[in-house]
Amino acid sequence: MGFLWTLVALVVVLAIAWRFLGQYMAAVYEGRVKWAAFVERPFYRLMGVDPEAEQSWQRYAASLIVFSGIAILATYLILRTQAYLPFNPQHLPNVTPALAWNTAVSFVTNTNWQNYSGETTMSYLSQMGALAVQNFVSASVGIAVAVALIRGFSRKGSKTIGNFWTDLTRGILYILLPISFIGAIIFMAQGALQTLGGPVHIHDVLNGFNQTIPRGPVASQEAIKQLGTNGGGFFNANGADPFENPTGLTNFLSISLILCIPVGLTYTFGKMVGSVRQGVAILAAMAIIFGAWLAIGTFAEHQANPAVTAAGLTHQTTGNMEGKEVRFGDTSSALYNVVSTQTSTGSVNSANDSYNPMGGFTTMTGMMLGEVTPGGVGSGIYTILIYAIIAVFIGGLMVGRTPEYLGKKIQAAEVKLAALGTLVMPITVLILTAIAVSVHAGQVAPLNKGPHGFSEILYSFTSVTNNNGSAFAGLSSNTAFYNIIQTFGFLLGRFAIIVPALALAGTLAAKNVVPASLGTFRTDKPIFVGLLIGVILIVGALTFFPAVSLGPIVEQLSHGKFF
Amino acid sequence: MSDLDNISAAKTVDSGSSSSVKKARQGRSLFDRQILGQAFAEAFKKFDPRVQIKNPVMFVVLIGTVVTFFESIAHPSIFTWSVTIWLALTVLFANFAEAVAEGRGKAQADTLRRMRTETEARRLREDGTEEHVPAASLAKGDLVVCETGDIIPSDGDIIEGIASVDESAITGESAPVIRESGGDRSAVTGGTKVLSDRIVVKITAERGQTFLDRMISLVEGAQRQKTPNEIALTILLAALTIIFLPVVVALKPFAHFSGADVSVVVLIALLVCLIPTTIGALLSAIGIAGMDRLVQRNVLAMSGRAVEAAGDVQTLLLDKTGTITLGNRMASRFIPIDGHSEEELAGVAQLASLADETPEGRSIVVLAKERFGIRERALGSEHVFVPFSAQTRMSGIDLDGREIRKGATEAIKRWVVAQGGSPSSDLDHVADQVATAGATPLAVADGSTLLGIIELKDVVKKGIRERFAQMRSLGIRTVMITGDNPLTAAAIAQEAGVDDYLAEATPETKMALIKAEQEGGKLVAMTGDGTNDAPALAQADVGVAMNTGTTAAKEAGNMVDLDSNPTKLIEVVEIGKQLLITRGALTTFSIANDVAKYFAIIPALFVTTYPQLKALNIMSLHSPQSAILSAVIFNALVIVALIPLALRGVRFKPSSAAAILRRNLMIYGVGGIVAPFIFIKIIDLILTALHAY
Repeated sequence: MGFLWTLVALVVVLAIAWRFLGQYMAAVYEGRVKWAAFVERPFYRLMGVDPEAEQSWQRYAASLIVFSGIAILATYLILRTQAYLPFNPQHLPNVTPALAWNTAVSFVTNTNWQNYSGETTMSYLSQMGALAVQNFVSASVGIAVAVALIRGFSRKGSKTIGNFWTDLTRGILYILLPISFIGAIIFMAQGALQTLGGPVHIHDVLNGFNQTIPRGPVASQEAIKQLGTNGGGFFNANGADPFENPTGLTNFLSISLILCIPVGLTYTFGKMVGSVRQGVAILAAMAIIFGAWLAIGTFAEHQANPAVTAAGLTHQTTGNMEGKEVRFGDTSSALYNVVSTQTSTGSVNSANDSYNPMGGFTTMTGMMLGEVTPGGVGSGIYTILIYAIIAVFIGGLMVGRTPEYLGKKIQAAEVKLAALGTLVMPITVLILTAIAVSVHAGQVAPLNKGPHGFSEILYSFTSVTNNNGSAFAGLSSNTAFYNIIQTFGFLLGRFAIIVPALALAGTLAAKNVVPASLGTFRTDKPIFVGLLIGVILIVGALTFFPAVSLGPIVEQLSHGKFF
Repeated sequence: MSDLDNISAAKTVDSGSSSSVKKARQGRSLFDRQILGQAFAEAFKKFDPRVQIKNPVMFVVLIGTVVTFFESIAHPSIFTWSVTIWLALTVLFANFAEAVAEGRGKAQADTLRRMRTETEARRLREDGTEEHVPAASLAKGDLVVCETGDIIPSDGDIIEGIASVDESAITGESAPVIRESGGDRSAVTGGTKVLSDRIVVKITAERGQTFLDRMISLVEGAQRQKTPNEIALTILLAALTIIFLPVVVALKPFAHFSGADVSVVVLIALLVCLIPTTIGALLSAIGIAGMDRLVQRNVLAMSGRAVEAAGDVQTLLLDKTGTITLGNRMASRFIPIDGHSEEELAGVAQLASLADETPEGRSIVVLAKERFGIRERALGSEHVFVPFSAQTRMSGIDLDGREIRKGATEAIKRWVVAQGGSPSSDLDHVADQVATAGATPLAVADGSTLLGIIELKDVVKKGIRERFAQMRSLGIRTVMITGDNPLTAAAIAQEAGVDDYLAEATPETKMALIKAEQEGGKLVAMTGDGTNDAPALAQADVGVAMNTGTTAAKEAGNMVDLDSNPTKLIEVVEIGKQLLITRGALTTFSIANDVAKYFAIIPALFVTTYPQLKALNIMSLHSPQSAILSAVIFNALVIVALIPLALRGVRFKPSSAAAILRRNLMIYGVGGIVAPFIFIKIIDLILTALHAY
């Protein structure tokens, strides 16, 4: 399948997901979908939750944080005790405290940064009972926050923004489980592994050595890894491993699964606020930035590797194929990695570390723009709505009215929360990177010197703080220093944005709606899309330009020179 | 309020000459030399950190300046000292902008203050005798006497007498107004002068709380508080300042890791260039200037909040009389009945109106002259003018034994019957026709003979239709408020092009309308002058009280129009919008500027370590130091360059939100990206030519 046809197919699949999955999700969160109520109701009874009871934003946020706290603890305990627990055919030891802490926080925050190789570290129980469970719940938490914020816009004079427990449950039950189930079957049919049988030991007669081939319940994990924009692979090689991502079709399926919920949520948003056009405007902003980055990324990877050129091999027949699977090729590999970094997935099917400088630039800066194009499940839309509030504030002023978005006046409280939500990520990335490059424990981790080494560190903190989990690689980060410092990125990047987002939901829900008139700054028009793109790009560029210029930009300008 | 009751209302609109006070208010150019001189001195005083801390953006610049100052002492070079000086100038320019804006208000306040000083009051003792006391010692509730030539010592209500008062000190209008006890024209303002007659005034203002005092503190900006939108914008600017702190601080370890060394002075220069100093420096000047623009139009806003709310208004409630129509109805047609000729009717009607000084009366005389050339006649001494009264509802003249009357149809009918005549059914028929068309019929009788009807028509102000169309394009709904019956109201509403009308309006229905609009999320503006308007003025988001109105009305509203011209509500809305647009435009400009500054500074920082980064020096600036210094100088000078814009406000033409946004984005967004590339390059060329770094 040619790259162009891949794109066409992707657009068609996403258009369908946008329209139908989007509408379905709106129905789910408005409580109109009930086909699994027989599972839902006993569950609420067990949890002692009244599904009809609405929560204020404070209660909603408190429920979310308590729930996430328990999730971290449970995951940590399972990893720390996996040696004593069943489903451990490889007799893997307990995970060390620093790594277990890092991994638990990483999965609960939907980051899925992995400072370990799954096949040699995690038992099947840890994979299925701890990590895969978090793949579901962390994704559902993200969507819940998005829906709560959307309710803030759609409600009028309301003290409440929904019920966290029902939102969480419905997201898993009605959206994530059914789609992953189907997805897993396709993965299996295409040859992805799904077994509890333990590794296979073979003796290679030809070469005369013994080999252990790890196996496990891979396909079931693979579907939710992509659908929930989690990205944590069963194996170290992630989407490049043929047991995880065996064919071109599974590669395409992966990309589709990653994008379908974030894209669909823009329809859900439009539907719930009463104007699909509003959702289209948000989607357009996402799509334009995504398209531009994809163009740069695939173009860059389709070029010859400058280091190889510099070494004297001036005629290269393919693009940069270092670190890529031959079955995917340069452009489709770039597509996968761009998709995975523009969402908060972070799964990879090729090595970012080996990308051409501008290819690495696209995956790194894709995250630096705040993961909003279209971003992670839920997190993409709630973060872009925060940017939209800033855009509306500046644009609204320029039409001479107290700015309003979807009829809600944007005043001091909203600006404060939106500013907070926007600032947390860049500040955290920059400070953590600054610490890492200043201390010995941080400096020794990158495998390369000069700008590429700097990129390896910068990329990792960009990734963890954006809850992406994509690794540039080339960074030996399973150390006490990185295991601990990264968790600050995970936690701040997740909860220091979720809490302002929920607070915004609360203040917006309480507001009255200003009726639209000719004097209103329309947020469903191209000019708003342009302004929103401008705000996303300018905030990203202003905060990261100096750092990026010391990494990929210098490298690009060095034409393959090593440092 | 029936319009006939309104006839005697004193209006001071559109009088020709203006007093010296008005000149002080309006005539001062944007950059009066005296104001500039004072502002320059003020700008130095504002270096006080206690003043600076209120503006987070400029406070960071001040701290940065102090740090570079010490760095320059430690590592002196022309470069470090140049940066330090230009950073200090950046703060100075910001202070200067604010001081200039304040200076205009201060100059006005000084003029007003001069009038307040040393007035003597004639206070009435309980026994009715007078005592002379200084005005400053008057308390609320005191009674004072004012006679011809006296300055009214403080605000109060007339409880006895009638006087013509020169209010030019407050309003700038030299034409005297009539003030009398009782009713809606009883309020007098301290500092105004009694021109004739004697009045007894009950003081209503506490010491230091008079209208004049409030006016002084308002124009001076002494109690200026940040408005809600200003607060929101300050938060955004603070956020844009905070974000650049880690950007710049982290650059030091990043550079170190990359094998480069970046000096503190350069990092501070970068920080100051990146934080939104342009809008940060001009923000308060924009707010003060917005208030000042209102003052120039003789509107006093009691708070900046009200000015901002004016920009948000979605519904304008406009009184018909004086706003949409000229203050009074005009005679437009003579309709004779019972076989009388039109000229006969005109002649009698003219006679009836010769001594009638109301605008309606004058208009009848004018129409008679226009239509039939009937000249004004000198009346002999043997005539008695019968003035209009609410009881008789007619007026007229007794002349040479004739008794001529004009007035409401029913009243004239009764008069004719009383005189022994019998009114024909023609009269009712014609009167109904006139009323249906939205005009007022005025019957004319000569003794027992009915001659016909004068059609009095509301004359819609010229150009008002276009103004309403502009308002509509801004998304503002106009609602006409009138005491007329629905039929008349509909006809005038149609002619004036308002979106809606409220006929037979009472204070209650007006209040209900405001509440209904507000419930729908809309902001409402209205004007009013009577005591019965006070609750509605208080309820409205923007309530403009007429200065001729009662004390109650003035206290209920959040703006006072000194000219008492209700049409100004539209201008108030435009000023409110212009204020917000100016803030938004300069914020956009400020942020957009950063792109060029990065391209100036980033290559300069690292080019020694990574010569490849020379490719980013797209302006091909001469050297790293000249590049950084040029950016810093541009950053400082752009503040000065934009002071006029901040004070005047960006150009505002009423049109749709989309059109306004597109225009401003082009000018201030795209222009904000392009302009600094050009000017930084020019500054760099000059510095290079001068070898001045």
